[in-house]
Amino acid sequence: MIPMQPVAHVEVKAKVDAKKTEQWFYTDVVKEHFFNPRNLFKSQQEVDSYKPDGVGQVGSPACGDMMKMWIKIKEDKIIECKWQTFGCGSAIASTSMLSVMVTEKEGMKIEDALKIKPQDIVKRLVDLPARKFHCSVLGDKALRAAVNDHFAKTNQHNRITIEGARIIDKVLKITDKDIEEAVLEGAQTFEDVQKKTKVGVKDKTCIPEVEQLIRFYKEKYFG
Amino acid sequence: MKELYFDNAATTLVDPRVKQEMDKYFSEEYGNPGSFNTVGLRALKVLDESRATVARCINANPNEVIFTGSGTESINLAIQGVAKAMKQKGKHIIISNIEHHAVLETCEYLRKDEGYDITILQPDQYGIISPQSVEKAIRPDTILISIMFANNEIGTINPIKQIGEIARKNRVYFHTDACQAGGACKLDVKQLNVDLLTLNGSKIYAPKGVGILYIRQGVMIKPIIYGGGQERNLRSGTENVPYIVGFAKAMELAEQEREKDNASISKLRDKLIKGVMESIPLSILNGHPTERLPNNVNITFLNIEGEALLLYMNEHGICASSGSACTSKTLDPSHVIIGIGRPYEVAHGSIRFSLGKLTTEEDIDVLLKVLPSLVQKLREISPVNLTLEQVTPQIEGEN
Repeated sequence: MIPMQPVAHVEVKAKVDAKKTEQWFYTDVVKEHFFNPRNLFKSQQEVDSYKPDGVGQVGSPACGDMMKMWIKIKEDKIIECKWQTFGCGSAIASTSMLSVMVTEKEGMKIEDALKIKPQDIVKRLVDLPARKFHCSVLGDKALRAAVNDHFAKTNQHNRITIEGARIIDKVLKITDKDIEEAVLEGAQTFEDVQKKTKVGVKDKTCIPEVEQLIRFYKEKYFG
Repeated sequence: MKELYFDNAATTLVDPRVKQEMDKYFSEEYGNPGSFNTVGLRALKVLDESRATVARCINANPNEVIFTGSGTESINLAIQGVAKAMKQKGKHIIISNIEHHAVLETCEYLRKDEGYDITILQPDQYGIISPQSVEKAIRPDTILISIMFANNEIGTINPIKQIGEIARKNRVYFHTDACQAGGACKLDVKQLNVDLLTLNGSKIYAPKGVGILYIRQGVMIKPIIYGGGQERNLRSGTENVPYIVGFAKAMELAEQEREKDNASISKLRDKLIKGVMESIPLSILNGHPTERLPNNVNITFLNIEGEALLLYMNEHGICASSGSACTSKTLDPSHVIIGIGRPYEVAHGSIRFSLGKLTTEEDIDVLLKVLPSLVQKLREISPVNLTLEQVTPQIEGEN
């Protein structure tokens, strides 16, 4: 087994402004977390012997990324946050950073952890290429799922937040989640979103609402 | 750290002998072949000689070779040009679902904006388009068949000669995108029964930014670029003499060295495939076991995501490419791996290693030494535990 080289090994020539090039080049902080991910389960034995207070899983390998997260809670604070992923460099780095953010300084209050936005993670990572932004959302969603699991196990059902999908296009049954996903994948305009989702092709009445949602999600994630 | 380049299907280096041949035509013999003066006429002579060389290499007549700016441009000219010229006969075109985007997107434009009807054929699990499926798809209004010679991602080589026979029997034009086959495969247009054939420089040790389209004499085709009427009025724009010279030189070298290069490169290819299959469990070879380009290896490492592996390999100086969605501009996984019927999980974890003339046995040894630990590291952090049977029920026990 050849050990992974630490980040000092990275040559400066690979340092390219991610925003300018739109390539997969990452900032040094992203690389550091990618090559040395924090709070990661490294084997099935570690997973099996762990006693979590909540477990969450989102995505699937078919979609290109899948994330599983285990948390321990003490006095309503997240004191441990473990994870595993089938995901790209951005997913690995941003989830590593998220796990650091929620557990540093003796743990973050659950309600504060749930307020973390993808932009907050990206800020700590210095930057992510815009088109890789959607990869960073997965860790965030896995954390919500794990927290909800904890609430369910501890009879705090009133605190569970379900992000229900709402049907926007009544013919093709396209939801606000589908539109959110399209915006995260880089769709900028109604035409982009329609290309990805086919929204509004049959049900023309939904178009104004779709346009409103695109503005909303663009503001939410990129504003 | 030495860089190990396994991305020759993306582009090759320019062979120093090619570069040397081109050198003179930048600042010394820089004339415009269209100029009626001695400087221009000398350029025209060089252009004609280059055209004759290329024609000889593919067994065509010089006037059947059009120089263009890229493989993509040649493909656009072939498809759009024939579509425009033949629309009185019909508006039906046959392609496959694992063609290069240059073919897929050109046909999508014709379908959407120009009202053409496109039949998209599905290959078998190895990426081979059966001549029978082509024959079945032909209709009275079919004007063009475009099937790639060899696939750029999985390296599968198609039965072009047989497809060509069927096209000719049915009096339908046949274009083949041979960009990946250039150099490695002997391309005799008469033997192959093709009416149009695309090649480009960047895959055959010539520079990027030059391509050719072979157009059999008598084929009805219209230009898609208008201007000064160069290249038999089919490709206006001043001819790029130095690059054309380089292209011709590269073709010439390929003719002379094909057997030697193919023998050594395919040996390394087989060593890599065998080495990976033996040392890394849950590996799937994508593409055909034997009908494949001498330089192509495409393997899916199950349960890990391709981009992550690409980045890990890159840290070790290993340059390859992936069918993962995260490495594509559209964020869609490889249409080729999906196109041969593999599930999405397999496409996301696919890696292409494409070898070249400079690849050494030592390079393969280094790759085989590093790769298993990188795959293992990513598998350890992956919550996915698919088995081969779950993703490849039809070829159970391949590994």
